Amino acid sequence: MAEAAALAIEDVHAGYGGVPVLNGVSISARPGTITAVLGANGAGKTTLLRTISGLVRPRQGRILVDGANLARRHPEDIARAGVAHVPEGQGVITELTVEENLRLGALCRRGGSVRSAALSDAYQRFPLLAERKRRHAGLLSGGERQILVIARALMAAPRVLLLDEPSLGLAPRMVAQVMDLVRTLRDEVGLTVLLVEQNARSALAIADCGMVLNLGTVVAADDAAVLASDVALRRHYLGF
Amino acid sequence: MQEFLEFTLGGIAVGMIYAAIALSLVLIWRGTRVLNYSQGGMAMFTTYVAWVVIRDTGSYWAGFAVALAAGLVLGALLEVTVVRPTMGKGPLNSVIVTIGLLILLEGVAGIIYGGQYRSFPPSFSIKGLKVGSVALGISASDLFTAAAVLAAALALFLVFEYTSVGLRLRATAFAPGVTRLLGVRIGRVLTLGWALAGLFGALAGVLVTPSTFLYPNSMDSIFVLGFTAAVIGGLDSPVGGVIGGVLLGVVLSYAGGYLGSNLVLVYGLAALALVLMIRPSGLFSSTASRRV
Ligand SMILES: Nc1ncnc2c1ncn2[C@@H]1O[C@H](COP(=O)(O)OP(=O)(O)O)[C@@H](O)[C@H]1O
Ligand SMILES: [Mg+2]
Repeated sequence: MAEAAALAIEDVHAGYGGVPVLNGVSISARPGTITAVLGANGAGKTTLLRTISGLVRPRQGRILVDGANLARRHPEDIARAGVAHVPEGQGVITELTVEENLRLGALCRRGGSVRSAALSDAYQRFPLLAERKRRHAGLLSGGERQILVIARALMAAPRVLLLDEPSLGLAPRMVAQVMDLVRTLRDEVGLTVLLVEQNARSALAIADCGMVLNLGTVVAADDAAVLASDVALRRHYLGF
Repeated sequence: MQEFLEFTLGGIAVGMIYAAIALSLVLIWRGTRVLNYSQGGMAMFTTYVAWVVIRDTGSYWAGFAVALAAGLVLGALLEVTVVRPTMGKGPLNSVIVTIGLLILLEGVAGIIYGGQYRSFPPSFSIKGLKVGSVALGISASDLFTAAAVLAAALALFLVFEYTSVGLRLRATAFAPGVTRLLGVRIGRVLTLGWALAGLFGALAGVLVTPSTFLYPNSMDSIFVLGFTAAVIGGLDSPVGGVIGGVLLGVVLSYAGGYLGSNLVLVYGLAALALVLMIRPSGLFSSTASRRV
């Protein structure tokens, strides 16, 4: 490999109970890039992210973050190793306030000053959250919640960010904002992002690379621009 | 009027004990969705520990402190050794496990300490207090009971609301999956929840046993009433648990006092049935009061 990958997935097999979902998936993501993970409903995109973050145990294969194999470790340890997973359907804790949600994101880091610095960074980057910090997260709009969960993921200072359909259910204007944010995080923070999206067009517009999953196998993987201009692929798998 | 005052204050004092049991149940329910049927057994066991320490040292307060510490340790120990390995395998599983634990604890207590009734000393005098010539219906011991449970509940509230440990406890209760993904070691948080539950159970045991005697089943009926208090409070609201305990204590005190009978446990069960029929989710389980 020419350049060390920030995140490399090698021949991963995983599923639920005895039912296989991922059948030998491999990905290599260079540091500071966005990789769009595309594919129809039920293709295994969510399962892939859940396997990387340890919620699903792979039967076989390696998951390398900065060269260290994290396969079969506990989700807590994988998070502490620098992988932040923002799950499908967001996962704000609605009973907690905005600030409590944010603080929770930094609890895996040592030192009160590190944590409070992370909090003021978050408020600086997302003034909208600063204005609403005492409010219950359940009172936020869908778009605000999406901002909150991404901000919360950043509190841990991750190296790798796994985003599962961040545009789901958002108004078009919000979708554009979230995509802009993801791009900014790559450019300014240097995050390596795995971006799962139904909305293939928006995802490929900001991604560096992309891959298409179908029935748990990778059917295409290339530069984002190449995928976006592949008419057959678009018609078959991407729906635009 | 005189009677009413006595029944009210006496009811509040007993209600604080139900509140302590309710809190111990709520702590575990919130974190794990397990109803800990062994809570009374744990409380009984730690009260025996206190009894031994008081017998051997002659110091009530040494026994009191050791019981609380024993509650913490017992709760943590049971979570790690028995509860965790059987978790996540269906709700019935945890019911059977905690009922099994109850039988085990009561059996072991019987083997170690025998089945006879033993008297257990109160914290302070149990002579009824008077203001002028008006009897209040409560003693210095009752006052200490109420103050101790209130102080412990307040401390719990402050920990929940204002510390990072409390934030971990709440987040784990509301959304364990999300919380794990944020790198919080929820196994340790659940152990801590059981330890705190053990502490509140031990507090209830030491405070109530002077009026029930100590024997392997001595906490059974108190557990049922504490459980009722927890259900009244909505099972996942600590504040609800305390209010439920006091409410139940006062209602049962009126019922026992005015209806003049020894059927307090039956009234308690009737209250439980009534709450379950009218508001199965408890009186305090709106989202607003569900926050700690
Ligand atoms: N918890 C689960 N238990 C069993 N099967 C599941 C579970 N979650 C997803 N699946 C199955 O795994 C397959 C892939 O699902 P998923 O990873 O959610 O796909 P996607 O995110 O691409 O829509 C589907 O066939 C789905 O039914
Ligand atoms: Mg999905």
